[in-house]
Amino acid sequence: MRKDQTLGEVLRQQGVSRRGFLKFCAATASMMALSPAMVPQIARALENARRPSVIWLSFQECTGCTESLTRSHTPTVEGLIFDVISLDYHHTLQAASGTHAEEAREQAMEENRGKYLLVVDGSIPVGNPGYSTIAGISNLEMLKETAAGAAAIVSVGSCAAFGGIPHANPNPTGAVGVSELITDKPIINVSGCPPIPAVITGVLAQYLTFGKIPELDHLGRPVAFYGKNIHDRCYRRPFYERGQFAETFDDEGARKGWCLYKLGCKGPITYNACAVTKWNDGVSFPIQSGHGCLGCSEPNFWDLGGFYKPLAQATMTTGTVIAGAAAAGAALGAGAALLGRSRQKKFRKEVSEESKS
Amino acid sequence: MTLLDFARGPALQWSIIIFAVGTLIRLFGAAFMLRNKVLSKPRKSDWVRGGFRTILTRTLPAPVFEKRIRFQHYAGYIWHIGFFITLLFFQLHILFFKGLFGISWPGLPNDVIMVTGAITAAVLVALLVRRMTNPVLRIISTIDDYISWLVTLAPIITGMMAYAHMGFRYETMLAIHLLSVAVLLVWIPFGKLIHIFLVFPSRYQQGAKFERRGVRA
Repeated sequence: MRKDQTLGEVLRQQGVSRRGFLKFCAATASMMALSPAMVPQIARALENARRPSVIWLSFQECTGCTESLTRSHTPTVEGLIFDVISLDYHHTLQAASGTHAEEAREQAMEENRGKYLLVVDGSIPVGNPGYSTIAGISNLEMLKETAAGAAAIVSVGSCAAFGGIPHANPNPTGAVGVSELITDKPIINVSGCPPIPAVITGVLAQYLTFGKIPELDHLGRPVAFYGKNIHDRCYRRPFYERGQFAETFDDEGARKGWCLYKLGCKGPITYNACAVTKWNDGVSFPIQSGHGCLGCSEPNFWDLGGFYKPLAQATMTTGTVIAGAAAAGAALGAGAALLGRSRQKKFRKEVSEESKS
Repeated sequence: MTLLDFARGPALQWSIIIFAVGTLIRLFGAAFMLRNKVLSKPRKSDWVRGGFRTILTRTLPAPVFEKRIRFQHYAGYIWHIGFFITLLFFQLHILFFKGLFGISWPGLPNDVIMVTGAITAAVLVALLVRRMTNPVLRIISTIDDYISWLVTLAPIITGMMAYAHMGFRYETMLAIHLLSVAVLLVWIPFGKLIHIFLVFPSRYQQGAKFERRGVRA
């Protein structure tokens, strides 16, 4: 596959029909909340787009983000779009290894300086540099070196976006997200553990179409996908409104598909497209499968007081704390009262002696 | 730490500790306070009965004042009852108590709670307007009355907004609601809201004292 081929040429070679391609463009426009009038523009831009060089760096991660993107059962148009990106470095997917792999990264950086897209998954340890290295290079050093020549950075997954699971308390490696280390490049956070494949391809498609990063929220995430919380789009929302909740995972409420708020669902505070786009080609999403949302696209989701702790409950206060406070209050109160009594007695005695004299 | 993490964690924990310690100090102080020796001869001997009778009789307005205070008296009942229904029978509040004490009880439908909350808030606003427009009430009102009113109304309003997903994002509204509860808890021992615990003991004491003197209170 030649690097100077346009996307349109590659798609035609892959046997994608014009109709299928336009359907993808329409779906992308819809996902990104763009006007239908933009579909021809998206199609034109995508057809004529040159294969951009993409360098994918994986740091402290579990490869779940890559798995999410590649483990599709059927070759979707999104998959083909991903195939035709010039993925010049990805140490899980590339054939080369060792020094050859690093040479590929250095060559891509050299040939496309200022134009390549840097995709990062995994958090970066800023503690001991030896916590995570690739070819003897620390994650921090590799990120800074590669980011220097990138046009933009896409932080894929909550680890790259916010530190994710490695960042969880007590954060032994000092893990942080990309945006805490790189401040002079446009960064798109595609959070999630893992992110929805369509969201990743949607973001890349938008970048290819318009040549600029999409509108982002206060956490650097594309508003088109992260603008609404799961709860607002959840099909179980009417049960929340009516006060019908599953109390356990196998009670009558659970079987009837009632709201999972009491079982610790974090849908009300989680902003992602799961309830709309869903997973596995639109088959389902965690809440539809009967489990509450974990809030995986939010910062510090691992430390939100427990996956099964409802949002309406206090995270630090327990019956023991209250009993301790009550005991302390009783002891202090009794002490203060006794002190008060002795002062009162003393005062009365003084008054009585004064009146006698 | 986000605002919600702070509200669910340290804010609620410390407010509950301050509430428990502060309230018990005040209650113990009042209970063990040295009282004057009663030197007069009692006119009646059944003081206990007199004390409990006063607790009951003061649930209604005194006939002589009834016309004047009817509105504030019964409005007071409405919002107090509404407040406790909202506090104790909203399902997510029961969930909160279950998290603290491990026990739960049946709740009321959300619609009932929302209507009750709205009535409670409306009555509280009406009572504030009365307090500010009635010359006598305005003169005897102190800053304590206004703060107590505010910290009581705030959890109702913020709670309804959080439930209905109004105003800020849900996590922010929930945090504000929990923080308003924290402020209420901290204020209770130090302001007039301590009457939650003292209203019946003080009625009893008054009734018992008057009974001893042969006066119907």
